[in-house]
Amino acid sequence: MPSENLAITWRRIPERYRLAGSYCENCKTSYFPNRKLCPKCRRKGRLASKQFSGRGRIYSFTEVSAGPAGFELETPYLLAIVELEEGPRLTAQIVGATEKDAKIGDEVEMVFRRIMEDSPEGLIHYGYKFRLAKRCAPK
Amino acid sequence: MISHPVGIVGYGACVPKYRIKADEIARVWGEEPERIKKGLGILEKSVPDVDEDAATLAVEAARNALAFAGIDPASIGAVYVGSESHPYAVKPTATIVAEAIGATPNLTAADLEFACKAGTAAIQICMGMAASGMIRYGLAIGSDTSQGRPGDALEYTASAGAAAFIIGRDKAEFVAEIEETFSFTTDTPDFWRKQHAEFPSHGGRFTGTPAYFRHIMGATQGLFEKTNTRANDYDYFVFHQPNGKFPLEAAKKMGIDPEKVKPGLFTPVIGNTYSGASPIGLCGVLDIAKPGQRILVTSFGSGAGSDAFSIRVAEGIVEKRQAYRGWRLADYIANKEYVDYGVYAKHRRKLKSL
Repeated sequence: MPSENLAITWRRIPERYRLAGSYCENCKTSYFPNRKLCPKCRRKGRLASKQFSGRGRIYSFTEVSAGPAGFELETPYLLAIVELEEGPRLTAQIVGATEKDAKIGDEVEMVFRRIMEDSPEGLIHYGYKFRLAKRCAPK
Repeated sequence: MISHPVGIVGYGACVPKYRIKADEIARVWGEEPERIKKGLGILEKSVPDVDEDAATLAVEAARNALAFAGIDPASIGAVYVGSESHPYAVKPTATIVAEAIGATPNLTAADLEFACKAGTAAIQICMGMAASGMIRYGLAIGSDTSQGRPGDALEYTASAGAAAFIIGRDKAEFVAEIEETFSFTTDTPDFWRKQHAEFPSHGGRFTGTPAYFRHIMGATQGLFEKTNTRANDYDYFVFHQPNGKFPLEAAKKMGIDPEKVKPGLFTPVIGNTYSGASPIGLCGVLDIAKPGQRILVTSFGSGAGSDAFSIRVAEGIVEKRQAYRGWRLADYIANKEYVDYGVYAKHRRKLKSL
């Protein structure tokens, strides 16, 4: 089972739990995940923390039918590139939907789910996934 | 007497999307479905997704409550999560919730456990802290992904869900004021689960009269006496709902019109969400109640105890309900997908080879 260094997990908790990213006050660009340096403005950049809303659209997606170790119970699942309404794109699972329910451009909203567990006695990793937004949720 | 007004500033629920019908469980165990459905007053129950647990449901309910309240999460001074299915035996669910909603680090937090009433115990703790001025806002959550032993009567009802309440002390922000609370607690061995046991044990019929009914009625009637009120003074009653029948029977025993119980009775369609049960019932009633109406809520937790609350809906609920754009209880109930027993067994990790 994959496991990562505890300190790395801990450092990424604000990003993974609530989409805490960053924003350059100089060029007005939003970044997710967090950045220490604005790649556009370099040393002129002024980075501040930014809380993303969790709303976005499906930019592209695929159905994973051979998932990695630790994802056996969830496979098959949808994996998407989500474009957040603030601009950045990220990769995340889409829950509660199959290939038939989702399409490119659908509105999605962040949900908080278990990502994986190191081992039966190990740490549980929580983080963001997305679901189809209320308006286009399948009935 | 409560020394300073306290009330609900925001509330939110969460129920997983998946459902299993009582007929499907009965089919697997060779039971007569109509007898089960009639006997327990249950049609179907919620089933958590494989990546949902008491912490994830608590986070979603808490985010809904925050959106409803429209407050800054950093102003929350206490988070208490009541559950009998905390993901860790040691490592608080409340810290996960506090971090996920952005309330950390300046707050106190802890997990509670009292079978199905840990969520209302969390409300009482937040009430005390808000009334005393220790905190401005407290977040009280009841959340569970409960388990029933395969083939046991509990399997028809043990389900998953959560409800969260932000308790505050500024009357202008109330969506409902909590006027009074009264608890009734004894050592009654009706239901238990030991540290490493996967499934709970229970006393069968013993869970009824000496456990559920004695405590629900003891707390409800104690609240009537403490507040000098009677059944006619309340517009809605929400009782803990281990099945679809007990709350209506309790109402009958106390001379309460069952029509005042039905709007807050969700077990027939989502099952018994344990720590979430009476709190979810309260969310459903708050979604429809009018300002000035009174709600009496009585939880029940095996072991055993009940917490009763007298709640008066405030004017502020109208504006906040209109402004709220998130998921409501009715949305969660309507957004469902059925699974068969095999998929349910996978979701609940009942297959030991997995």
